Amino acid sequence: MSGQWEVVIGLEIHAQLATHSKIFSGASTQYGAEANTQACLVDLGYPGVLPVLNFEAVRMAATFGLAIGATVAPRSVFARKNYFYPDLPKGYQISQFELPIVIGGTLLIKDDDGNDKVVNVTRAHLEEDAGKSTHEGFDQYSGIDLNRAGTPLLEIVSEPELSSAKEAVAYMRKMHTLVRYLGISDGNMQEGSFRCDANVSVRPRGQQELGTRTELKNLNSFRFIEKAINIEVERQIELIEDGGKVIQETRLYDSDKDETRSMRSKEEANDYRYFPDPDLLPVEITEEFIDAVRQKLPELPDAKQARFITQFELKAADAEILTASRALADYYEATVAAFDADPRLNANWVLGDLSAALNRDGLDIVQSKVSAESLAGMLLRIKDNTISGKIGKDVFEAMWAGEGSADTVIDAKGLKQITDTSAIESIVDEVIAANPEQAADFRAGKDKLIGFFVGQVMQKSRGKANPGQVNQILKQKLSQD
Amino acid sequence: MSLTKDQVQHIATLARLQVADAELVELVDKLSKIVDFVDQLQAVPTDNVTPMAHPLHMVQRLRPDEVTERNDRDHYQQNALELRDGHYLVPKVIE
Repeated sequence: MSGQWEVVIGLEIHAQLATHSKIFSGASTQYGAEANTQACLVDLGYPGVLPVLNFEAVRMAATFGLAIGATVAPRSVFARKNYFYPDLPKGYQISQFELPIVIGGTLLIKDDDGNDKVVNVTRAHLEEDAGKSTHEGFDQYSGIDLNRAGTPLLEIVSEPELSSAKEAVAYMRKMHTLVRYLGISDGNMQEGSFRCDANVSVRPRGQQELGTRTELKNLNSFRFIEKAINIEVERQIELIEDGGKVIQETRLYDSDKDETRSMRSKEEANDYRYFPDPDLLPVEITEEFIDAVRQKLPELPDAKQARFITQFELKAADAEILTASRALADYYEATVAAFDADPRLNANWVLGDLSAALNRDGLDIVQSKVSAESLAGMLLRIKDNTISGKIGKDVFEAMWAGEGSADTVIDAKGLKQITDTSAIESIVDEVIAANPEQAADFRAGKDKLIGFFVGQVMQKSRGKANPGQVNQILKQKLSQD
Repeated sequence: MSLTKDQVQHIATLARLQVADAELVELVDKLSKIVDFVDQLQAVPTDNVTPMAHPLHMVQRLRPDEVTERNDRDHYQQNALELRDGHYLVPKVIE
């Protein structure tokens, strides 16, 4: 960004809460069902029905509040946000306005220079999602599916404190990790379970007053957020430098054209006339309830990362990747629980061969074909010199292919490392006898030829000779004669 | 007159009501009277009164997170004007 402009970004993240039923009805929230098969009378906005609040939605919101060090409001109130759209059958969305359930809180991110930055959260409130409109495939009509209507959302609003698209992405990623750790959202961005709107403005560096902001709607991938914000910032700066003025409006990011464009139709409706929903009583949360939620808070990502670095002596970068998801961190810890002689070895294998295999087969860590205990069983065999690390890769692949435990594979394939000194000595003798010229060159000072000899011995032993011993015996024998 | 013509037109637009210009004058007059009537409440001193969110002094009851509704789509869709593939059809709305 050109040095004279300062970028100011605030994010509104919508996280779908991982409840089984909807926030105000007993209909299922399962994704992917046939259209309108999970929309009951409450979701359809029929007259005479009443919303009844889901306990889990409240518990999850409170969990989130405690995790970011916010105040969980002892009393919060639902309000009606009024607007007309075909996928909103009641003509209003039940949300929270003046008295949200979560107030304040902070999130720690890395800024563009890699330094710690505290981002303040303004508030987080509970609300219901709307249905889904499809504009293609229905001729002159739009098709409405109300399965999503009434799905609980937690809208998390940040202060306008983010100063670049990269920071906005860092914040969004950290939130994404957090809600998954807490188990309050599956965070599935393809399915729209985690999406955000970005309020973007620019101002001359040093100016106190904020510039006029635009709102970018429905950004549902980390890549799009970064691109959309950068494009919008560029547009605003160019506009101002050309003597124009930014208009406060909602804009839509078009990923095909890589541009943002105005959604004029939404403008007039931006007068939501909120008022307390008479169908819902104030929600009161007791100290006891908050204490109970606090007791059940899991270890949070930052704390886990710090612990991995001290307890397992991991590199910060490795600890960060291992703790990026709770499932991966749990897997790693399970390997250490089963085999704790060298936790860094465990980390190398989890981040290396295991992650590569998961990626290759498109699997999640919880679907791993090699359990943490099985992997630990193999690491033990590397550590006790039964196999080399190199042979370990073959053993791992065999385990991945379902050929049994490390010990079974090692036995079945005869992969046990040769550590018997006399056996290695006889191979070394053979190799030296077969390559007299290279042996002479080595003795004449061509030290690099050691690699050639090691290679020959390993080949002859089919990779099973212990590399450390091979090296030692070779040097000894080559210098003897 | 506490309300302007523009305000009433704006409210009508938000409520998706079509109001002819001829009707507007009368509406401004009638709505203003209602607003003025309610406006008398502003005379009550409320400095130390917490805003009321609900007239009942009760707390929201919570229900357990259980799926209790079954698919009854065919029944619910009997009064829909147009349907296709389980979707409700509405005049095309697109940005």
